[in-house]
Amino acid sequence: MKAPGKLAALSLAALLVATACGGGGGGGAPAASGPKPLRMTVWTTTEAHLKLFDEIAEEYRKTHPDVGKITFDPIPFESYTTTLTTQIAGGKAPDLAWILESSAPDFVSSGALAPLKSKIENVSELIPTATRLWEKDGELYAYPFSTSPFGVFVNNDLVKAAGQKTPRELIKAGQWNWERAAAVNAAAAAKSGKSGLVIVNFDYKAWDNLATVWGGWGAKAWSDDGATCAFNGPEMTEAMTFLHKSIFTDKAMPGPGTTADFFAGDATMAVAQISRAALLKDATFDWDLVALPAGPKGPYAVIGQAGIGVLKKSPNAGPAADFLAYFTSTANSAKLAAYFPPPRRSQLTADTLAKTNPLLKPDQLQQVVIDGIAKGVVKPSHTGQAELAQTVRAALDPLWKPGADVKAVLDGVCAKIQPMLGA
Amino acid sequence: MAVTQLTRRAAGRADHPPPGRARRFWTIARRDALVGYLFVAPQLAGSALFVLLPLGLVGWYSLQEWNVLAGTFEFVGGDNYAKLLADANLRSVLTASALFSAGLVVLNLSLALTLAVLLNQRLRGTTLFRTLFFSPVLVSLVAWTIVWQFLLQKDGGVNGLLAVAGVEGPNWLRGEATAMLSVVVVQVIKNVGLNMVLFLAALQGVPRQLYEAAQLDGAGAWRRFRSVTVPLISPTILLTSIITVVGSLQVFAQIAVLTQGGPGTSTTVLVYYLYQQAFQFRHFGYGATLSVLLFVIVAALTLLQWRLRRRWVFHES
Repeated sequence: MKAPGKLAALSLAALLVATACGGGGGGGAPAASGPKPLRMTVWTTTEAHLKLFDEIAEEYRKTHPDVGKITFDPIPFESYTTTLTTQIAGGKAPDLAWILESSAPDFVSSGALAPLKSKIENVSELIPTATRLWEKDGELYAYPFSTSPFGVFVNNDLVKAAGQKTPRELIKAGQWNWERAAAVNAAAAAKSGKSGLVIVNFDYKAWDNLATVWGGWGAKAWSDDGATCAFNGPEMTEAMTFLHKSIFTDKAMPGPGTTADFFAGDATMAVAQISRAALLKDATFDWDLVALPAGPKGPYAVIGQAGIGVLKKSPNAGPAADFLAYFTSTANSAKLAAYFPPPRRSQLTADTLAKTNPLLKPDQLQQVVIDGIAKGVVKPSHTGQAELAQTVRAALDPLWKPGADVKAVLDGVCAKIQPMLGA
Repeated sequence: MAVTQLTRRAAGRADHPPPGRARRFWTIARRDALVGYLFVAPQLAGSALFVLLPLGLVGWYSLQEWNVLAGTFEFVGGDNYAKLLADANLRSVLTASALFSAGLVVLNLSLALTLAVLLNQRLRGTTLFRTLFFSPVLVSLVAWTIVWQFLLQKDGGVNGLLAVAGVEGPNWLRGEATAMLSVVVVQVIKNVGLNMVLFLAALQGVPRQLYEAAQLDGAGAWRRFRSVTVPLISPTILLTSIITVVGSLQVFAQIAVLTQGGPGTSTTVLVYYLYQQAFQFRHFGYGATLSVLLFVIVAALTLLQWRLRRRWVFHES
């Protein structure tokens, strides 16, 4: 009797273990009734941003008792889209998600997002440059909550120490172009032993950030309809030859494998979006923000974008869209403008932006943000962007060494990606 | 519960079960066996749930075209396998995997064995060195790799040391050959301690008398190593080589942190390519097909090594 008793206890334990294992994967399904929680994936980890989101969400819940806790779930920027799609694949899709411009075509064309046009407040006020990427067949699939132009941050101390004119002086003299910018950076880097101009986030991998340079040559990654590779066009060849020379001959930009943090004072200039200004709050050097230098084709602007979409698959898609409408209403959009340049025409004035951007002067906002959004080209994007980006990255690698044959490398890029574009 | 059912079934089979009959079915051997099975049941259930089931699902997914964003899941039969055969990248991916595995196995095993032999001496300070060489095994892989990423930069620590010696170091992670070498060496230093400890244990199991006998026969140090040590630790050589080969085929974090498969595609090994296809490019079906390929390769290599053991494992306890 003793042994079977022990056996019974053991088998029961085994059964418990087995059921515990099986039950673990279920996750907490929301109760059928009661307030429904909402979750939005974001890539910002900046405390001030998240605090503002939480305040707007709290305000919303006061009038919407049917909505439970609203969570803003930060995912690291580098792996953002990968993590988001993995969550979707795993059946744990968020209700709302930030979407990066590079994956906009995939998300918009796939039908993963719920239509929003009828929900968004005062939709006709949104400027077309901002909404173009998020529209399909006249419907809007994400709210372009951040349309942020690239500008050039300048460490005036390093520029002056090298006896060079500051970009602001060059602008006044009508000489703010890439040739001069490269010369100033080369001189400043040689004098200080620090780095010249850094293209933030590029790191010889995220090549789409180079659009901030090649835009001045009128170059494009591919044709506007996305069907033809334009990497080996004459504009791109000239722009890349300029970049190659600046990096390896003039040493105006740090080479591959070198990290230089402009915001810590390690570089002379940095091409970045205005939201980076927050990093200069405690800067100990004299800094400025100016528009991108003119290229051979004249002045131009490049913008990075982010949209917020509602996942169609979410069981709470309805309440999520309602919350998005509130989150992006004219009133809240003005609050968000503190960090994210709004797509609403009425709010795109230097005065409005100045109220919420204490670190930037009105003329900086006018030149970089407002003029930038008006004439800006969005960074390159395409359906299947992740695979294209990776293929271009690998094909461009031979360019990042001294003595590279620019034209041959660019021909190689097109040879690799043309079959993918044509599909 | 299971026991009472079994008992009842056993009892029911007999026509007129005398009370003692059922008890006789539960002989001591059977009872012991059942207890044994019950003890391993949680482990088996875990394996079925977390190994066999996912393995089966991977096979099933490899026959599908799964568009995560659109939410479509379509049976495509052998299309993914046809794509695999026609994949122009596969050749470079397999070459990178083979280079990485070969480099890692040769470097890791030879270094581990050398260290083990050196640290098998009864000298002052050997414990300190054993700890020193083993400690990287305990460090978090990603933290370890990130530190090396800084060390291997053009103006990083490694080149700083080389500069002291008057050598201008290369841009380790940006050159095709040096990138692969860097990834291999970072991984070897990380894990060599584990194999070293296994070798040390094996070395200490080699009877002293055999060395003394060999010495009396006039065998030198190299001869003793080749003819006494190696044959007697051959089971451990087999074990460490299997662990290292299988581990080398699964390398991921180091590639993801250090090179992201570059420069070009020179360090895009199979697991990293699989990750790119499935999670970055969202070709989940094709990613599953690549996992099937990885599974076949790992299984084949392990089987091969297992079969070869008859030839080069001289003694098994």
